[in-house]
This record gives sequence, structure tokens and C-alpha cells, in this order.
Amino acid sequence: MIKIHNQALPKFRFDKFWRPVVIGLPYFWLLLFFFIPFLYVFQISFSTPILAQPPYSQILNLSGDFSNWLQATLDNYLFLLEDNLYWVSYLKSVKVAFISTLICLLIGYPLAYGIARAPRQKRHILLMLVILPFWSSFLLRVYAWMGILSKNGLINSTLVGLGLIDKPLAILYTDVAVYLGIVYTYIPFMILPLYASIEKLDSALSDAASDLGANRWQRFFDITLPLTKPGIIAGSLLVFIPAIGEYVIPTLLGGIDSLMIGRTLYDEFFLNRDWPLASAVATILLLIIVLPIMWFQRNQQRTN
Amino acid sequence: MIAGIELPESGSIEVDGHEMNGVAANERPINMMFQSYAVFPHMNVFKNIAYGLIKQKTPKNLVKEKVSEMIKLVQLDNLDNRMPNQLSGGQLQRVALGRALIKEPKLLLLDEPLAALDKKLREQTQFELINLKNKLDTTFIVVTHDQEEAMTLSSRIALMDKGQFVQIGVPSEIYETPINKFAADFFGSMNFFAAEVISHNKQTNEICAKLKSSNILITGQTKNHFNSGDKVTVGVRPEKLRISTSGSVSEKKTILEGQIEDLAYYGNRNLYRIKTNDNGVVQVSSQNVKRSESIHLKWKNKVFISWENSSNVFLKT
Repeated sequence: MIKIHNQALPKFRFDKFWRPVVIGLPYFWLLLFFFIPFLYVFQISFSTPILAQPPYSQILNLSGDFSNWLQATLDNYLFLLEDNLYWVSYLKSVKVAFISTLICLLIGYPLAYGIARAPRQKRHILLMLVILPFWSSFLLRVYAWMGILSKNGLINSTLVGLGLIDKPLAILYTDVAVYLGIVYTYIPFMILPLYASIEKLDSALSDAASDLGANRWQRFFDITLPLTKPGIIAGSLLVFIPAIGEYVIPTLLGGIDSLMIGRTLYDEFFLNRDWPLASAVATILLLIIVLPIMWFQRNQQRTN
Repeated sequence: MIAGIELPESGSIEVDGHEMNGVAANERPINMMFQSYAVFPHMNVFKNIAYGLIKQKTPKNLVKEKVSEMIKLVQLDNLDNRMPNQLSGGQLQRVALGRALIKEPKLLLLDEPLAALDKKLREQTQFELINLKNKLDTTFIVVTHDQEEAMTLSSRIALMDKGQFVQIGVPSEIYETPINKFAADFFGSMNFFAAEVISHNKQTNEICAKLKSSNILITGQTKNHFNSGDKVTVGVRPEKLRISTSGSVSEKKTILEGQIEDLAYYGNRNLYRIKTNDNGVVQVSSQNVKRSESIHLKWKNKVFISWENSSNVFLKT
């Protein structure tokens, strides 16, 4: 007879207690430092600017007359629609982020592919090199780019010195510099997820396609590309989302006219001190960012 | 190398008389079934099997016709639209097989085709593979580390050791008349005895040798050439040995005495390790013909081992 010892099982299971804690902590963090501040900003976007501290009116009037307790206004959003400036900055931000993401993908994919197919002992070094720039300050690296791109910077002085051009090229304070800065800064976020998905790919699949008559390009488009789609989407989002709200790079490297939404947002908050309008700008920006994430989530679920 | 994934350093490979060295992998009349099956996970069964035809730019209606035929042949009916993660191991194996056969290759390479299947399914699939091979006009080259599988699947075996062919022949030839110790030991197991040649008649191939340990004379037939006084290894397969508690001397038999040291019960057979009186260890495999077979022999029992002279294989050392 085999006897099963029930009493051997512990009465108090630790995972019953710890599991919700482990899962709950990050959610609590997000609630505290993302969702509640966002609600705060969201409600400011319905108020009107006043000269006071803080510089906006309260939308809940609980003291006086009970009939007009809600003093919310849609004026800020309507103003966003009316004034071209905002739409231009939104579009500009989306365009810059989109093109930067595309460039990151075009440069990052072959790089990630090369790293994933490199000999195993070299991969770690190559990956390390991709992450290496993060070891120095982001701001410092942007300033370094200013030094490289400026009128008498590294590029121009070299080109002039070689006699290839007569007078220095205007690179700094143009869109080119902005793209350069964004691609340079965010390309590791593209390479890492791409590397992960390419490295996982079974090379036998490619061999099998080759065996069945596929040439190099067909192999890439039939097998490698579709099977690394999750990496492409993850990398693109990781570049697109921070790039769209990027403030430092366009401010330091871009021209005065290169108004991206991060810059506009800053100006509204700190120069115009129009917090309600700035909050409305921020709310719309969030929508623009959240929509592609939701699309990504749905896409992920479908593939699973 | 045959498939063209790697290139030979020297020599050449011909298929049906055509030199293959300069031909790229995707242009050879050869297809391969991979060990991991390498079924494309993002394509359904139909698309997987059709892949080779589509790359050949076969007209659509012909693709449909051929693929449907192949799906029937590899018994995947009604699974056309399934994705690979919805299939069992055996079904995946058949998708890979169908995909490799769709272009009607002259040669099909199979890399450990049955390694990932469990034992029952493996045995069943072995028969399916043989049937399929007989239906198609395709040569199958199977790479396997399973000796039994090698013998059941093949009509011709090439046995390699250290990059050299040791013996090429039909399975029964390699099993019954191995050319050397490696070949003898590779397929199944074999008992080896060191002996010295007494005489070898080159006309009748009859040979007589004396076991070193016990001076027992053994005779048999061999096509290897020996001179008297040569060292020779005599091999006997465990299943050719008979085990009994009483010995009867006969001209046609060799008899050794010993004691049972180990016995393993396999259900269908017993495996005995017997320590002979001259301190050798001999393996005997005996089929459980009767239900009580295993009962009357126990550890430390004294037994006689006998075998027919025709079972002796004489190998050069």
C-alpha cells in the first residue's frame, strides 16, 4: 500500500502571499507615479489659466453655489484645433519619429543580424559595444554631437581641410542634425529586441527554404523577416515612442523652426505659463503614443 | 555536402551522372528532411508543403493538385489549414517529409528522421517510410545513430568510421558477415574470442582455430585470408548462443562452461552475462519462447553455452 502524506504539505503556502505582491508592486508603482499624475494633468486641461499659484483655476467648485460645481471648459482643446502651430508640431513630431524609426530599423536590422550570426564568444562583446554609449551621460553625448556638427566642428573642419568644400556646411541646427541625434541615441533600443528575435530563429528553417529552392532574398522575405516580426515591432515602438516626445535633441541640435511637440509642450508650460493648454497638448500626445501600443498589444495577442 | 549546404574540399559528387560541385543548394535535384523537421512555423500545412513548388514558379492549379496528392500520400488529410503548433510530432514529421518530396527529388536526404518520435510511433513510421520509398522513384539516404533503424530502413548500408567507409552492403550481409571488429560491434553486439589460426583451406574457405584461453578448437567458414599461426578474433552474436544446464558434445557445436553472473529480463528475451571457466565474459541473448523460460536459471547457476560452428565469424585483428 502506498500512503500519501497529506500532512507533509505546508499549511501556509508562501506563494499565495507573495504572488499578488510581486505582480501588484509594479502596478502600484504605475498607479502612483503614472496614472494619478496623469489624471491630475488631465483635469488641468479642462481648467482656465489664471495669474495665481498654481496658475490654473479649480474645475471643482465645492464651496459656493452647488448648481455650477463643475467649472470645466473644452476651450483648451478647441484652441488646439484652431491654432496651426500645434498641429504642425504634432505632425512634425510624428514625421520625425517615424522617419527616425525607419532609419533605425534599416541600420539596426543588418547590425542585429550580423551580431546574432557572429561566433558565440564574439556576440557578447558586440552586444556590449551596442550598449556602451549608455555608460556616459545622454546630455554629454548630445553636446558632443554639437561639437562634431557645428560650423567649425570635426566634420566641417575635416572637409574644408581636405579641400572638398569651400565653406562649412550647415548641419547643426537643421533637421538632419535632429535625425542624426535621434537615430544615434535610440538605435540600441532597436538592435536589442531585433537581436533577441533573430538569435532565437532556427537556422535550419533558412536551410530548409534554401533546400526547397529559395534564393538568398526569398529566404529573407519568406522566412527571416516574418519570423522576426515581433522583434521589429518591439524595436520600432521602443524607438518611436520616446522619439515622438523628444525634447532635448530637437532643442539642442535642431533649428529654431524645428518645432517638435516636446518643445511646444515645454514652451507652453514654462514660457507662456499656460498650464491648462499645455496639459491639453500633453493629453493629446499621450493618445498619439498609446494608440500604436494598443495596436501592438492586439497584434501580439493575435500571433499567440 | 550532398545537399549543397557545405562544399567538399576535394572529390566530386554526382547525382544520376550529373556533376553537382558547381550546382547551388537550391538548384540540385536533391531535397532534405531536417532532424528538427524545420517546418516553417508561420505557414500552414498546405503552404509548407507547397513552398518548394511555389519557388519553382509552378502554376497555381498544378500546385494545388500536387500538394493535395502529397497530403494524401503522407496521410495528412483534412489538416491543410492547421498551423505547425497545432500538430503532433508525428504529423510534423510527415509535413516535413511531404515538403521534401513535393519536388520529386532524385535523392532525399533524411537526417535522423525518426529521432524525435517515441518508440511505438517510430516503429510504425519506419514501415510507412519503407512503403513510401517503394511507391516513389526516389533514393533515400538516411543518417541515423540507431543501428536497428539503419537495418530496417535500408536496402544498402554504408558504414563509416573516422571518415572512411568500412563496409558497404545489404543489412543482412553487414550483420552476419562483418568485415572487421568495428563493423561487427557496431550493429548489435557480439562476443569476441582471441584465437590462433591452425589451418585455413583457401579452396573451401574452411578454417580451424584454437581459442587462446581454453585451447578449445573451433571451426567455421571465412572469406578473409589467414595463414596458420595468424592471430584471429572469433565473433559470435549473443542470440546465436544456446544456454542449458547440461552439455552434450557434438561435432558441429562449440561448448563453453560457465556461471551466470548477470541476467536481465527484457520481457521478450533474457540477456545473460556468463563468466566462463577460463575467466572470459560471454553475453547470451535467449528468446523467451515459453512463459517459464526465465524461472529455472538464476544467479551463480552453472551452465553450458553452445553454438553452431556456422555462427562463427573470423575477423582479422
